[in-house]
Parts: sequence; structure tokens; C-alpha cells
Amino acid sequence: MKIHEYQAKAILQKYGVVTPKGIVSFSVDEAVNAAKQLGGELWAVKAQIYAGGRGKGGGVKVARSLDEVRQQAGDILGMRLVTHQTGPEGQVVHRLFIEQGVKIEKEFYVGMVVDRRQQRVCLMASSEGGMDIEKVAAETPDKIYKVFIDPITGLSLQQAEDIAKKIGIPMQCMSQAVALLQGLYRAFDDTDASLLEINPLGLVAGDQVMALDAKLNFDDNALFRHPEIVALRDLDEEDPVEIEASKHELSYIPLDGNIGCLVNGAGLAMATMDIIKLYGGNPANFLDVGGGATAEKVTEAFKLMLRNSKLQAILVNIFGGIMKCDVIAQGVVAAAREVQLTVPLVVRLEGTNVDLGKKILTDSGLPIISADNMADAAQKVVNAARIH
Amino acid sequence: MSILIDRNSRVMTQGITGKTGQFHTRMCRDYANGKACFVAGVNPRKPGEDFEGIPVYATVKEAKQQTGANVSVIYVPPPFAAAAIDEAVEAELDLVICITEGIPVRDMIRSRYKMQDKKTRLIGPNCPGIITPDEIKIGIMPGYIHKKGRIGVVSRSGTLTYEAVAQLMAFGLGQSTCIGIGGDPVNGLKHLDVMQLFNNDDETDAVLMVGEIGGSDEEDCARWMKENMRKPVVGFIAGVTAPPGKRMGHAGAIISGGKGTAQEKLEVMESCGIKITRNPAEMGKLLKSVL
Repeated sequence: MKIHEYQAKAILQKYGVVTPKGIVSFSVDEAVNAAKQLGGELWAVKAQIYAGGRGKGGGVKVARSLDEVRQQAGDILGMRLVTHQTGPEGQVVHRLFIEQGVKIEKEFYVGMVVDRRQQRVCLMASSEGGMDIEKVAAETPDKIYKVFIDPITGLSLQQAEDIAKKIGIPMQCMSQAVALLQGLYRAFDDTDASLLEINPLGLVAGDQVMALDAKLNFDDNALFRHPEIVALRDLDEEDPVEIEASKHELSYIPLDGNIGCLVNGAGLAMATMDIIKLYGGNPANFLDVGGGATAEKVTEAFKLMLRNSKLQAILVNIFGGIMKCDVIAQGVVAAAREVQLTVPLVVRLEGTNVDLGKKILTDSGLPIISADNMADAAQKVVNAARIH
Repeated sequence: MSILIDRNSRVMTQGITGKTGQFHTRMCRDYANGKACFVAGVNPRKPGEDFEGIPVYATVKEAKQQTGANVSVIYVPPPFAAAAIDEAVEAELDLVICITEGIPVRDMIRSRYKMQDKKTRLIGPNCPGIITPDEIKIGIMPGYIHKKGRIGVVSRSGTLTYEAVAQLMAFGLGQSTCIGIGGDPVNGLKHLDVMQLFNNDDETDAVLMVGEIGGSDEEDCARWMKENMRKPVVGFIAGVTAPPGKRMGHAGAIISGGKGTAQEKLEVMESCGIKITRNPAEMGKLLKSVL
């Protein structure tokens, strides 16, 4: 799960992480009032969307007067912000964060992720702040320093100091930087975060180290113990189809193509997308109905796929293990009837009770194209989509 | 020999009284030597009871002492599953298989940390389990699709593994042992660990390796195999068409920061001399071709 920058900063502040003062605003008037309340002569007007790359897309501006705040807030609020992370359709801005402007002397990068090889949280830092860290990693990997954190003792003083020195934090700011880094890790650990990024971490006038931006993602599997984080969820930022899917415990991800696929199991679902592509088609989605699919679940899955106006054909690929093919076949028939299917449907069943399953499909009288294996299924569905 | 488990393994079920635990314990007990192999259950609130004749103990330690069980399978719900792993590790079992899906990563980091220098091996979590066909099945895979033979299978998936097994069977190829190592980012045995075991197993002639996007386990395994593997290995990686930044069902199946793509894995595997296919319908055919 993701949250907005202003929400992430509020969490981090509880762990002693210093950030510029800021106020979230939902309208232009609120934005101007926020700037007044913050005082000073310089403000940052920042679009609050989950995607990164907001600055380059025109979603972050600096204002030098209240009039400029008004103008920029008006420009950004409601705009469809397109960044490299939003995709070409962009994301509409509904919230602004108005921050006190600070004079930045130097920018650093700090990030935390779970390192799968070390099976620990990895703290990454670089002197090259403000930039796309993937670019830094690709072009100058020697400028990124990493340290792995002991889950029991946490980020040690020594580790924090080492890494702060390596990226060039000046000595007079060392104790501040160490406290900030340790605070970041405690926040990461306490909240079951999956990713934390401070880009940039700023050295600002007056020898102050500050988190100027903050990105915090959470482990979905741990949300059950963080109701306070679940409460921050902003449904405007999520794909309505994915929200609908999650209600039915379906794992659904829309893609660009025109062939819908409904599969049990994530690995097999990916392999099904891959084989559609391999045979010259384009998958319209990833859809894993999971191990315990019922007729209702299959029907909901069909409805989700049919929301896509580009859909030209559907492939159902089920390997029945514990889940029996006849149960799935009944679900498919019921779903095809209920949604009055208008695109060709190819079904490949394998595993437990496969013959019974196939018979149910044939006896249904529905124009279901039956396939014997994955290759056969892929060929048939690609063909069906082409002539539909 | 098979790897990790055989007809002599003695298994306890942690979470035996839950619906999933009951269902799968029954299925496993009914498979091959299951009746002799599945000897105990654990539930701290129901000691002294039994599940269809299998005695339930309060703790793993007690179940081990009373029955000699050396393996545990876990169906405990996600909030408590990591603690169940810890308990099995503390009791010094040989092997723990955690089926549970949805364990917080933070919990798994701590459990893995506690496993350092301990003898217990972990398979999973979020995995289908392990089967040595016609001897013993520990997990949720359908037993009947397997047959005893000389091909090892290691995979991060569930149903895709069944698909791979079915393809092997279409060529008459039975399996020595099939292991689903699970789809989570922080887990127990990796492809590499399993491959080392297959390499040393006299009853395994060749290995089918099924991977998916995310992490670098497949690459690590491939690099090791280049120098060390004495048996033919073929591979498939799911997710060539997966978009970056999206979790594809499994917690660990995500391309992040441009890393963990199927393309990259396939290239490394090929460069290390592993025969790969990009067609998931041809895993069995490819394996057959290297024998």
C-alpha cells in the first residue's frame, strides 16, 4: 500500500525526522491560507499523487508570493499529471501540500528496501540526491553506499555514521544525520514498510538536515496490524478495477492487450500471459483467481475482464489440483450465461476431474472453444481474437 | 535416495485443527506411506485431543519427544505463522514446510535471523510444499499427478509446478522429488540450495527449474551451476510480459528498480549453460531433449 508524501512525513516526524513545515490543502483557497499560516516568503506547492517524478511533470512549483501560491495551486489542482510512473493517462491531482520553502545547499539520497539476498533491510544512500536513483545506480553505481541492518539491534550508531560520512554529510551535522537515519529505520520497522525513499535529503541553510521529500510504501500482508495506516488509503489514487478485484479477493492487474486471461495460481497466470504473447497475441490482464475459486468468484472475474472495452477474446486456463475442474467448469458456464458473453471464450482445463469438467462445458450448449493444452489454448485464443 | 523427505520422514502438522490443516493432513495421510508418516499435530489449546487418530500436542517440542517427528508442516494463519516457524526451529526439527500465504515480511526477516546457525531447513512460506512421489507428500499439491522417477523439480509457483509435472508425465518422466520453494521475497531454501541437494542425489538424473520475476535467486543458482552442476538442468521463467512495479499475485513476484525481469534471468541462465524455453508448454519436451 502507498500513501501520500504529506502522510509519510507526518509518520516520519514521530520518529524525530525533521521536515519542512507543511499543510495539506484540498482547494486553492486552502492552499493560500496554508501559505499564510506557514509564513515566510517562499513556499513549495506540491501535487500529492502516489507516483514519483512529480517535479518533471510540472506538479511541484516554488512560489515567491501568495499570488504565486494562488496561481500555482490553481494550475496544479485538478490537472492530469503525467510522470514516468503514472503511464500516459496520468493521474488527476486532488490534494496539494504547501510547504515552507527552504534554501537547499546540497541534496542527498536515502532509501530503504528489503534485500532479498541478505534477507534484511538495506539502507542505501548516495551523494547524488534529487536525481532518479535508478539512473545513478546504472551510471555511477560506486556512488551508492549500502548497509544491511540487523533486525534485532536495528541501525547502529556506527553504521549510520559511516554511511553519513561516505555520502559527504558535513561533520557539524553528523549527530543530526545519525538521529535522522536511525529514526527512518525505526519508522520503517515499526510500520512494516516495504519501501522508504527520502529523495532528496537536504542540507539546508543553517546546517539543518531535512527530509525534503518522503515516499513510504507498506507490506500489504502486514496491514492487519496497522489500522492507522489503512485509514490513510486514498481510493482516488487506485485503479477502480483493482479496488473491485481486491473486494472479491482476486488478484487482477490490467495490461495493454486485448486477450483476457483467467487462471488459477500466480505463476501459471504469468506463464499464460507469456504464451499468449509468444503466439502473437497480447494479454489484456493478469488475473489469478486463487486456490479456492467459487462460481461467484469466477463470475466476478469475468465481469472485471469485460469492463475492458478493448477485450476481443478470453482464455481460461485452469490446472485443477485441490480445485476441481468440474467446479470451475460450472463457474465458467454460469458466468458466461450471466454476463452474456459477446467475445470468444477458449477454455483449457487440466487436472482433477478434467473429463467431467469438459463434459459440463460441451453440454452447456455455449460456444466455448475447448483446448487440450497451453499451446493449443494460446493458438486458439490468439486466432479467435484476430477474427472477432 | 530422494532429497529432504522420504518414506522414513515423520511429520507433525502445526495448525492441524484448522480447516486447511485438517483437509490437507487427511490428503497427505491418504497418499502413499502417509499413514505411517503423519504422526502428530500441534495446537497449544487442544493438547490431548486427536485428529482422526493423529494425536495433538501443545508444543512442537512435546510432539517431537512423544512421536519422534523430525519434520513439520505449517498451516497456521499468517499473523501467527512466523512464530510457528520459530517454535519448530527451536525444537531442532530437520525440516519445516510453511504453506501459509501472507506472512508479513518483517516477521520472516526475524524468523530467518533466528535460524542462523540452526540445523532446521525451511521450505516456503507461501508454497505448495514438497513431494517424493509414491513415498510421501507434504503439502497441498495433488498427489495423483506425480509418479516416482528420476527428474527433480524446483519451482517458486504452485499450479505452474503442477503444469510442469503434467508435461513431464506426458513424456513418461517420473520425479525424484518436487519442491515448491514459494513466492515470498524472504523465504527458506532458494533455488540454489535445492539444486545443490539434487546435484548430490543419486536418484536424480536431471532437474527442471521453474522461476518467475523478482529477486535474483535464479541468477544466483545459474552462476553456481555453471561451475558445479553435474547434471542437465532446463529452465523456464514466468513473467516475460509482466509490467514493472506491479506485484503479480505472489508477494515476491515484482520487477523493482529495473531488476528481477524474466528477460535478465533467462539471459543469465543461458549464459551459464542452462537450456531454457520461453514457451511454458514446452518445459517437459525440453527436459526430455537433454536426457
